[in-house]
Amino acid sequence: MSFTEFLIEVAGNYVATIGFGILLNIPRRALNYAGWIGVMGYFVYKFIVIWGGGYVVGNMMGAVLIGVASLQAARIKKMPMILFNIPALVPLVPGGQAYQMIKYFALGENSTAFVFLIQVVMISGAIAFGFLLSELVNRVQQRVWRHRR
Amino acid sequence: MSSQKKRDQLILHTALTAGRIMIENGSEVERVEDTMERIAHNAGAKTSQLFVMITGILMAINGEVGAQIEPVKRRTFDLEKISVVNDLSRQFAVHKITLQEFSNRLDHLDKSTKYFPFWLQLLSAAMVSGPLEVVFRHNLPDFWITCVVGALGWLVFYLLNKFIQIRFLSEFAAAATIGVLAIWSVHLGLGNSVDDIIIGSVMPLVPGVPITNSVRDILAGNLVSGPARGVEALVSAAAIGFGIAMVLQFL
Repeated sequence: MSFTEFLIEVAGNYVATIGFGILLNIPRRALNYAGWIGVMGYFVYKFIVIWGGGYVVGNMMGAVLIGVASLQAARIKKMPMILFNIPALVPLVPGGQAYQMIKYFALGENSTAFVFLIQVVMISGAIAFGFLLSELVNRVQQRVWRHRR
Repeated sequence: MSSQKKRDQLILHTALTAGRIMIENGSEVERVEDTMERIAHNAGAKTSQLFVMITGILMAINGEVGAQIEPVKRRTFDLEKISVVNDLSRQFAVHKITLQEFSNRLDHLDKSTKYFPFWLQLLSAAMVSGPLEVVFRHNLPDFWITCVVGALGWLVFYLLNKFIQIRFLSEFAAAATIGVLAIWSVHLGLGNSVDDIIIGSVMPLVPGVPITNSVRDILAGNLVSGPARGVEALVSAAAIGFGIAMVLQFL
């Protein structure tokens, strides 16, 4: 991945996350944070895939980061967490694989379609599991915070 | 005694309205329960019992009045309202506003919808489609046509959703429009790859709110609301898929 590609992907993810946020009508104050969380989540996924971690682990760690970062943003901004993690999740959605699956099912090539179906299910499951882990991290962190006070 | 009764009535009304607004606009159930409990507690109710589902809320507080039900009939995605209810609840907790003011502002919030201007929504639909096409498929030449197709697809979704108000049908029609436009634009030589254009253009329609809330609801132990939202997400995804598949059949 060259530096230009990197910049294009940062800009693309940032703009896309903010765009999705506007479609969901999230408050203006939250847009910038949501955009950067989207960028970070995608790059965690991207770098894990580049370093050979596999797309399942990549999506999972991306979702973990989105969950943890969203809670921090929610604390800083004093706003609900879902304003940040819903738009930020969009770059991780397996849109490409889901489309290929639909396409091959429509064309009648079921064996190819099943390969993509499995990928879609694995990625969705990985993202859901990533959220679960982030919730775990968040709850542990809240306990520690409360304990310290 | 009567003033206590009035106060209890107001507490119930405020908490139920706050809960209904939050569910209607796409909040997860745990947050709704938390907010309603806080409102009741801050208003001086010693205990409160809640039963929150995504189709209705049941709430009782100790006092003169009985439990009350608030049905949730429509469901849209407007995260700004959730944020506003959250802010109001925080202000009420530190006694910046009274319970009566809180209640009035909730009633007012319920009626007013403050969306971003339409052109900005259309532009952001384009800005979801094009950049994500580049990020997913690394196909820079098709960037502009994907923006246009994505914006038009979202326009179809928006207009249909306004007039027929069946989300799944609007999604289906929008996906079919995107498919036709993508094939047509490649046919006219405006784009290179039908696949890439469709993948990018469909992204604004992704049911992000139900997916996220479904996972969070299930994790929080709401085994009724979580799967219900999951079904919502699944039907949305299927509607989009059928729209695309139908067009591809005629390729």
